[in-house]
Amino acid sequence: MNTWIEKQRHLIDFTLASLARRKGKNLGLLFIYTLLVFVLASVALYTHALRTEAQKVLAGTPEIVLQRLVAGRHDLIPPGYIEQIGRIRGVQKKEGRLWGYYYDSVVKANYTFMAPRDLKIERGEIIVGPALERSRGLAAGNGISFRSYSGELHTFIIADVLPQNSELVSADLVLMHEADFRAFFKYPEGHFTDVAMSVANPQEIKNVAIKLMDSLPDSRPILRDEVLRTYASIFDWREGIMLALLSAAILAFGIFAWEKAAGLSAEEKREIGILKAIGWETGDVIKMKFWEGLLISLTAFFAGYVAAYLHVFHFDAILFESVLKGWAVLYPRFTLPPHIDGLQVATLFFFTVFPYTAAVLVPIWRAATTDPDTVMRG
Amino acid sequence: MLELTNIRKAFNQGRHNEYWALDGIELAIPEKQVTALRGPSGSGKTTLLTILGCLARPTEGRVRLKGEDISGLPERFLTEIRRQTFGFIFQQFNLVRGMSAIDNVILSAYPTGRPRKDLLLKAESLLAGVDLGHRRDAKVEWLSGGEQQRVAICRALINDPELLIADEPTANLDTRLSKEFLAILERLADSGRTIVLTSHDPMVVESDVVDFIVSLRDGKIVDEK
Repeated sequence: MNTWIEKQRHLIDFTLASLARRKGKNLGLLFIYTLLVFVLASVALYTHALRTEAQKVLAGTPEIVLQRLVAGRHDLIPPGYIEQIGRIRGVQKKEGRLWGYYYDSVVKANYTFMAPRDLKIERGEIIVGPALERSRGLAAGNGISFRSYSGELHTFIIADVLPQNSELVSADLVLMHEADFRAFFKYPEGHFTDVAMSVANPQEIKNVAIKLMDSLPDSRPILRDEVLRTYASIFDWREGIMLALLSAAILAFGIFAWEKAAGLSAEEKREIGILKAIGWETGDVIKMKFWEGLLISLTAFFAGYVAAYLHVFHFDAILFESVLKGWAVLYPRFTLPPHIDGLQVATLFFFTVFPYTAAVLVPIWRAATTDPDTVMRG
Repeated sequence: MLELTNIRKAFNQGRHNEYWALDGIELAIPEKQVTALRGPSGSGKTTLLTILGCLARPTEGRVRLKGEDISGLPERFLTEIRRQTFGFIFQQFNLVRGMSAIDNVILSAYPTGRPRKDLLLKAESLLAGVDLGHRRDAKVEWLSGGEQQRVAICRALINDPELLIADEPTANLDTRLSKEFLAILERLADSGRTIVLTSHDPMVVESDVVDFIVSLRDGKIVDEK
């Protein structure tokens, strides 16, 4: 056993010395490889964290949102609908919501106007999201005017700015008093944008949705699970787009790394011949190269992964945010709490470390199984 | 110690450029003596040496080491025999560039799994024995040809081989260094080692150190004395 351990130590010693002897090649390889892992891990970490965060945010949203459709388009919920919904068995809580979009031609961005029921806002005052605060250079106490769709100018005082940690969902939000909202959008009293509701028994959500469609045929119930799925598919799509955009670069890096790893220089071939001639077994040579490949790939994997972690969770993924976030023009600025998926790490490990190790071993195996007498002939 | 029976060795066998480098070699290498293989270029000296040193297999014939037929052994066993029994000194020295002299010396002992401390002690003593103690940490490419050869000799001796094999050991040395090599060879022979070398340098072949001369031509033994 001691002999075996000592032998492995010798092999690792030789491997380290061998890596140091070809500093240029190995550092170049390590850099490219680390970059490859960094890009892949950044995309994976970012989309996964975004997905997890969105799930967390959406977990607090209503189980069903009911919209009304007229001629296939979203229309206001008229008075009487909420009472009718209340008569459906299983509906625990129902609440009409007021929200709408406003296009600000100054910054060429859409805002979401909303009249919250659980937040007290004085008439003539608004609370704005952090991105809006940044884009318009606003602060609490400032005034801002919006021209409504009917052409009237409405002026509001900024009462407060929403905290930055809510920016994922509040970047473009403008919260106002219900009366101001109705006056701005000319919403008649008793009309709502949609209705949020909760269901007593979560297993009954689908049944409640069916009952809603039966009793209110012009309505469209949207389930929280459907929203979650949509979000997931949007992030999957964005991740796919990102990877597609990067695929050429990834492929080029991959080919370069493969070429560097798989191609044996004349000097390396000579060295293998010498080792075999002086008494190294084919297995010893392969083990030595295996250690070499493993050392490079593990170093690159961990360095790339740690760099990606820092990039995503400490530097807000500055390299990819415009592609992966996509938020009209008002990009939310927020730091994602770290989320790491073990399966994702394992998949990345499998697709980066294993191919590299194989790429190193195949040509070495070929070179190591040749007769050592070639070295005798120079 | 080593016996070759009807050894034939072909290159490119079955192809249009098939070539028989050795043809019907019958040879017994005497133990604890210095045997020199001589002959013109292309006579088969190096090919014969690779077969004697288990670096290559004969196409036909048998190789016996201490009475044991080793011709059909798998590569793994041949490597083991090579490591335990033979020490090689190559014409081009074949040292690993970028490594120090002492690291090159212990390189062939790595697979034995002996502790590094022991190997370093042994290597230091071997290097000191050939006046290279002061150059132990020098990179081999910084050494002169003669020094490189002495490092190669130390590497060949690190595993205490019974049999030393040297291919054209003085081909890259000037007269002074060749004499130094012969002095080392004499010391090794006196220590009871069996030595086989190839050379067409008369200074080596006709020296007193050599006990047995085998002359080759066109892959055949033409003379033994």
